[in-house]
Amino acid sequence: MSPLTDKGKKREAKKPDVKRPEAKTVEMKKPETKNSNGMKASKPEVERSLRMYRRMLMIRLFEEQVNELYTRALMPGLAHLYVGEEAVAVGICEALRDDDYITSTHRGHGHCVAKGAAPNRMFAELLGKEAGYCKGKGGSMHIADPATGNLGANAIVAGSAGIATGAAFSAKHKGKGQVAVCFFGEGALGQGVVYEVMNLAALWKLPVIYVCENNMYNEYTHFLETTAGDILSRGPAFGVPSESVDGQDVTAVYQVASRLVKRARDGEGPSFLMCNTYRYTGHHVGDISREYYRSKQEEHHWKTDRDPLKLFAEKLIAQKLTDAPSLVKLEDEVRAEMKAAVDFAIAAPYPNADKVEQDVYA
Amino acid sequence: MPELAERAIERELTFAQAVREALAEEMRRDPTVCIIGEDVAEAGTPFKVLSGLVEEFGKERVIDTPISEAGFTGVGVGAAMTGMRPVVDIMFGDFLTLTMDQMVNQAAKVHYMSGGKWKVPMVLRTTLGATRRSAAQHSQSLHAWFSHVPGLKVVLPSTPYDAKGLLKTAIRDDNPVVFFEDKMMYKTKGPVPEGEYTIPFGVADIKREGTDITIVGTSSMVQVALGAAALLDEIGISAEVIDPRTTWPLDEATLIASVKKTSRAIVVDEGYGRYGVTAEIASVIAEGAFFNLEAPVKRMGAMHVPIPFSPPLEDVTVPTEQTVFEAARKLCGKA
Repeated sequence: MSPLTDKGKKREAKKPDVKRPEAKTVEMKKPETKNSNGMKASKPEVERSLRMYRRMLMIRLFEEQVNELYTRALMPGLAHLYVGEEAVAVGICEALRDDDYITSTHRGHGHCVAKGAAPNRMFAELLGKEAGYCKGKGGSMHIADPATGNLGANAIVAGSAGIATGAAFSAKHKGKGQVAVCFFGEGALGQGVVYEVMNLAALWKLPVIYVCENNMYNEYTHFLETTAGDILSRGPAFGVPSESVDGQDVTAVYQVASRLVKRARDGEGPSFLMCNTYRYTGHHVGDISREYYRSKQEEHHWKTDRDPLKLFAEKLIAQKLTDAPSLVKLEDEVRAEMKAAVDFAIAAPYPNADKVEQDVYA
Repeated sequence: MPELAERAIERELTFAQAVREALAEEMRRDPTVCIIGEDVAEAGTPFKVLSGLVEEFGKERVIDTPISEAGFTGVGVGAAMTGMRPVVDIMFGDFLTLTMDQMVNQAAKVHYMSGGKWKVPMVLRTTLGATRRSAAQHSQSLHAWFSHVPGLKVVLPSTPYDAKGLLKTAIRDDNPVVFFEDKMMYKTKGPVPEGEYTIPFGVADIKREGTDITIVGTSSMVQVALGAAALLDEIGISAEVIDPRTTWPLDEATLIASVKKTSRAIVVDEGYGRYGVTAEIASVIAEGAFFNLEAPVKRMGAMHVPIPFSPPLEDVTVPTEQTVFEAARKLCGKA
């Protein structure tokens, strides 16, 4: 689970071929560096890179704790982990303003963290506690938070396509330049409402970006078994520009997202972005025996060669924006932060049963 | 006293005009109110209910959509969550099937799932009612489905007066409201006050007072119930006609109080009887007035068949003044 260490990888068959470096120094390097274009990276660029790395790490270690909570039977219900897909949520949300909207999915913890949710209140929600974002009424699959523009995670795979498009409709009406991002998995491409709202968004030039996280598996079925033709040809049929990006490369995701967000803000309408990524774990935590639908070799390849945190860490180190010991320290810090957030959630009280009828109606 | 009897109202409007006036008044009052649906702008819907609104409010607020009920209902939900008050138009109630995920899994649940943080101040206007010779996919009355779902409110106006007052309340409500209009009633005229008034949800209206039997009617069946009451009057049976006006929230107290007085009840609704609105209301009456009942509560709804096209077939599928009259007479022991 960890990009740099083998912590949290209890049940994986093979460990990533990365040794934990010895901690020598704990300081982030100052930006005497060059970016990927060979240009000297500006201070905001450096800050952005380090912020994105930290967010990705937060998601990775958040999910490590979720896995732990679930396997220790401390968490009710199901847990759909975002591990492996961190660069998508972080790269996209880095391009957004605080007042921009997102909609999320059943695999939504990463989106919430990336948009700025506090892990302690997220954990509290996962455990069904009163202090959770939804007072324990939503749980893992329904975290919502107006303060960070999170319209809510949805357990109907294309269920939020309409909501995100409606938020873009409001945004256009209000004229404050907000945009809406609709996160959904490639499985949602099987539900027709996606195409209805893409047609509407194109007709009305709405500031919405449809972000398809293609982790290759509709639950337990490879997407090629469920998806005819070419995914990227679908948007253009409605006049919605569509492209794909390496979802394991957070910088690439951020760059394309920035362009699409700007386009939407400038009134040029919707777009479709397919982020090619991989779900490291099962459809949910209990999905342990996966050989019948995908090989261990495939999983191993993605985890070792295509890990978004590892790839980004290597890049940051190569650009001298940081060094390995600093990243190790950061990992320890974030892990401690997540542990504290979990402790908060475990200690938090459940809602009283008399709250069950509250919030049915506004 | 029936609400209208208390006031002398000179002006008459059709049901359609009353709906339009409510929309126009609310759109003037609140710039976030907009109309989204198929052929709502220049066409003013096939029933011409919205004629003239696009001229006053423009195409930014009276918005024609593609024939994508799920899509534009979903847009309505998202728009409502983010500061608008959309009135989504579903041309025929039968097309509600296409909106079910948006209404049941999204609109109805957003407030609760978010722990009360997001709200969905949206109205979905649609139609119900048979006998228009439109066959099985343009004639159903599906309001029971929505009355079953926590998080939704369901409104069934039966007069132009109620239509205007209830629609204004629906638009101002912070919850998703499903507003059913009987398409056979659009040309029905009735007194409607000019200007501002609203009718609260969950308050039944006693459309006619009586002492021998309570006839609870909804939407299209209120006029049927009143017609039956007039026939009953001729044979010396005094019927009280109650219109709940909203199936959720439901004014249980008024229903129970009436039956405690009359000790007999018939519930008439154009939806299917089985597992329907009549079943719920009969149950409320049975639980609340059991010891006052002199006869079992009688339920009358659409026959349990798809609505047929052929007029002689279609006409027997819904309750009529005559069938309600006969049932009431039998219930009162005067058959």
